[in-house]
Amino acid sequence: MTDRDIEERVEARIEQRRRAAQRFSDERVTMAHGAGGKASRKLVEGVFVPAFANPALVTLGDAGIIEIAGAPVAMTTDAFVVTPICFPGGSIGELAVNGTVNDLAVSGARPLAITASFILEEGVTADVVRAEAAAMAAAAAAAGVSVVAGDTKVVERGKADQMYVTTTGIGVLDARAQLDATTVRPGDRVIVSGRIGDHGVAIMLARGGLEIEADVISDTAPVWPAVDALLDACGASVRWMRDATRGGVATVLNELALAAEVGIVLDEHAVPVQPAVGAACELLGIDPLYVANEGRFVVVVAADAVDAALAAMRSVTVGDGAAVVGDVVADPPGRVLGRTTFGGHRMIDMLVGDPLPRIC
Amino acid sequence: MKYVDEYRDPELARHLAQRIAERVEPGRHYKFMEVCGGHTHAIYRYGVQDYLPEAIELVHGPGCPVCVIPMGRIDDATAIAESEQDMILTCFGDLMRVPGGRGSFLDARARGADIRVVYSPLDALRLAVDNPDRHVMFYAIGFETTAPSTALTLQRAKADGVTNFSVFCNHVTIIPAIKAILDSPDLRLDAFIGPGHVSTVIGNRPYEWISRDEELPIVVAGFEPLDLLESIAMIVDQLADGRAEVENQYARVVRDDGNPVALRAIADTMTLRPWFEWRGLGSIKHSALQVSERYADFDAERRFSVPGVRVADPKACQCGEVLKGVLKPWECKVFGTACTPETPIGTCMVSSEGACAAYYNFGKAARQRVELKVKTHT
Repeated sequence: MTDRDIEERVEARIEQRRRAAQRFSDERVTMAHGAGGKASRKLVEGVFVPAFANPALVTLGDAGIIEIAGAPVAMTTDAFVVTPICFPGGSIGELAVNGTVNDLAVSGARPLAITASFILEEGVTADVVRAEAAAMAAAAAAAGVSVVAGDTKVVERGKADQMYVTTTGIGVLDARAQLDATTVRPGDRVIVSGRIGDHGVAIMLARGGLEIEADVISDTAPVWPAVDALLDACGASVRWMRDATRGGVATVLNELALAAEVGIVLDEHAVPVQPAVGAACELLGIDPLYVANEGRFVVVVAADAVDAALAAMRSVTVGDGAAVVGDVVADPPGRVLGRTTFGGHRMIDMLVGDPLPRIC
Repeated sequence: MKYVDEYRDPELARHLAQRIAERVEPGRHYKFMEVCGGHTHAIYRYGVQDYLPEAIELVHGPGCPVCVIPMGRIDDATAIAESEQDMILTCFGDLMRVPGGRGSFLDARARGADIRVVYSPLDALRLAVDNPDRHVMFYAIGFETTAPSTALTLQRAKADGVTNFSVFCNHVTIIPAIKAILDSPDLRLDAFIGPGHVSTVIGNRPYEWISRDEELPIVVAGFEPLDLLESIAMIVDQLADGRAEVENQYARVVRDDGNPVALRAIADTMTLRPWFEWRGLGSIKHSALQVSERYADFDAERRFSVPGVRVADPKACQCGEVLKGVLKPWECKVFGTACTPETPIGTCMVSSEGACAAYYNFGKAARQRVELKVKTHT
C-alpha cells in the first residue's frame, strides 16, 4: 500500500468521524461547550436533540418550523449572557432582540413578536435595568416586533453577572422563501451580508485588558430588511441563509457543507473585514472568519441570481456591505476550503476551543 | 493591512517559487525542517506548500511550546491550584485544553479551580497586585522567545515587593531540542528553517555548530509566507552551491548577537535545569530553565509542594515521532480519529502551532491543490 493510499484511508476515517452522530462524553460542561463550535455541537446533538427528538428540531436550523392553523410558523429562542453588558454599538438588551429576530429572518420568516425573560443579580442598579428595558424597546421598534410577554427572576449576588436575558420569537414563514440546505448545489455562490468580525472584536476591546485601542463598533442590527429585499429580488433562487453568530462565518459554512453534502471554496481576499478588526485579529492570533457577528448573515444563491441578490442586499443599510465570498463546489463534500490572500489553499474547519467566551 | 500585506504578495511569491524550481536538482528529494511551530502554522495558514515543487518536503519540528509540555507538568500545576487555598492559576489561552493525566485546565476549572487566561505575565502580576488576599501563580511556557517577558515580570515583582505572586516555570531552550532531533537515527534532514522569534533573543551564533559540525544549511526565517518562501529559496541556493551556512532571512528583526538586554534578564532570573522532560522526546539535559536562587521567593516549585507527577505519554500517542519529524501527523495511529483538536490525546493536536492540529485543520487542502486548481479554474 502506498503512502497516498494510507493517507486516503486516514482521511476516510476522519470524514466518517466528522459525520457520525455526536456523543457527549465529557464529565462536566466546560466553557468550550458554550463557544458555538464543535464542543457545542456535541452538547446539543448528544444531549438535547435526542431528549426532545421531533421533526421541527432535527434540522437544527436557526428556528423550528411548526404549523399553526395551516400556516407555517417559525419559532426560536436565545439566551444572552454577554459581558460587559454595554459595549460600543449596543448592549445586552439590543442584542437580545436582534439575535432572536435575526434567527427568524434567516429562516425566511418575518419576525412578529417576541417574549423576554430576565435573570437579575441581586444588587444590580435600577438604572441598568431601566436602560436595558429602553434598549430592548427601541430595538423591538426598529425590528418591527412587539414584546408580548415576559418574566423576571432575581438570584443572589454572585449567582449571575448583573443580568441575563432570554428572548423567544415567532414569525410567519414568508411565501417567497424556499430555503433548504439540500437544494444547494455546485455552481451556487456564497454571499456575506457585510463586513465581518465587528461584534466579537468590539466586545473583546470593550473588556479592556488587551491595551489595544481601536474604534470598533458592534454590528448588532436586525437583518430582516436585507432578507426581505433579497427574497423580493431572487425568491426561490435564494437557497439557504444563516446568521453568522458564535463560531463565525467559518462554522456556519461548515454546517452548510455537511448538511448539503457540498464543498465550499472561500476567497479570503473577497471577505470584507475592516482594517481595525483585521489588525486586532492579527495581533491576537484570531481568524476573523471565526469571530462572532450579530447583524451579518451568509446566504447561498443560484449563480444566475448573484447580481440581483447583491443589488437587493446593498439597497438597504444593513446589507450595504454585501459581497460574494465564495463558490459551492462538488468536491470535497462536507469541507470548506480557503483560497488564501497569498495565493495558496487551506482547510477551514469549524471553530474548536474558545477564543472568547460570553460574546452574546 | 500596511506592513503586513507586503509580506503576503502573491506576485512576489510566484517569483520566489520560480527561483526555487529553477535551482532544485532534478530527481533529488529534499527534507527541510521548520523548527518553529509558528512557521508550521504559517505554512498551513497561507498554503505556502502550494508554491513549492513536489521534491521539497517540509518536516515539522519540535518548536511548539505547548506541544512539548509533558502531561505531568499539567497535573502538577492542577494539583497546586486545587490544593492551595486562595490560589489563582494563570496561563496563556492555548494551554487551557492541553490534556494532563487528570484532564486539562479547562476540566480543572469546571471542577472548581480558579484558573484564568492572561495575555502576558505582567497581566498575571497585575492580578496579584489587585488581589492582595489571593496568590497568583503564572504557568510560564515557551522557548527563549517568551522567557524574557517572564524574566522582566519576575524583576518587576521583586522590585515592587509583591509577595503573593509566583511563577511555575516551564521555559525550554531550543538548541538542545535541535541536538536531540539530529541525534535521532531515523531522520535525515537536508536543512533547517531556523526559528525567527527565538533568534531575536539568542541571535544567530548559537546555530553555527549546525553548519560547521553537521554541515547542514540553516536559514533563520520570519513568519510571513514570503519570509518562508525566501528562506527556502536561500536554502535551495546553498545546497545548489554546495554551501552549508547560517544565514539570516529575518534581518529586519534578528541581530547576530540577539538581544543582550533580554539575555541578561533571563540570566538574572533563571538558571538551567540539569534535566527536563519533554513531551515525546524524553528527558533532555540542560534543556530548560528554572527560577534562579535570587528569585526563590517567586518560584512556585519552591513555595508549594509539587507532586512531581510523571505520566507516561498515552501508548497510542506518537507525538514524539511527530515532534522529531519521523512520522507525518497522519501516520500516527490515532490521528484524526481518537485524537482530534476537540478531544486531543497528544499535545501536537492542541495548539494551533502543533503539527497535528495544523495538518488536521489545513492539511488536506494542500494535498488537493492540483485537483482544486483544475476544478475552480475551468
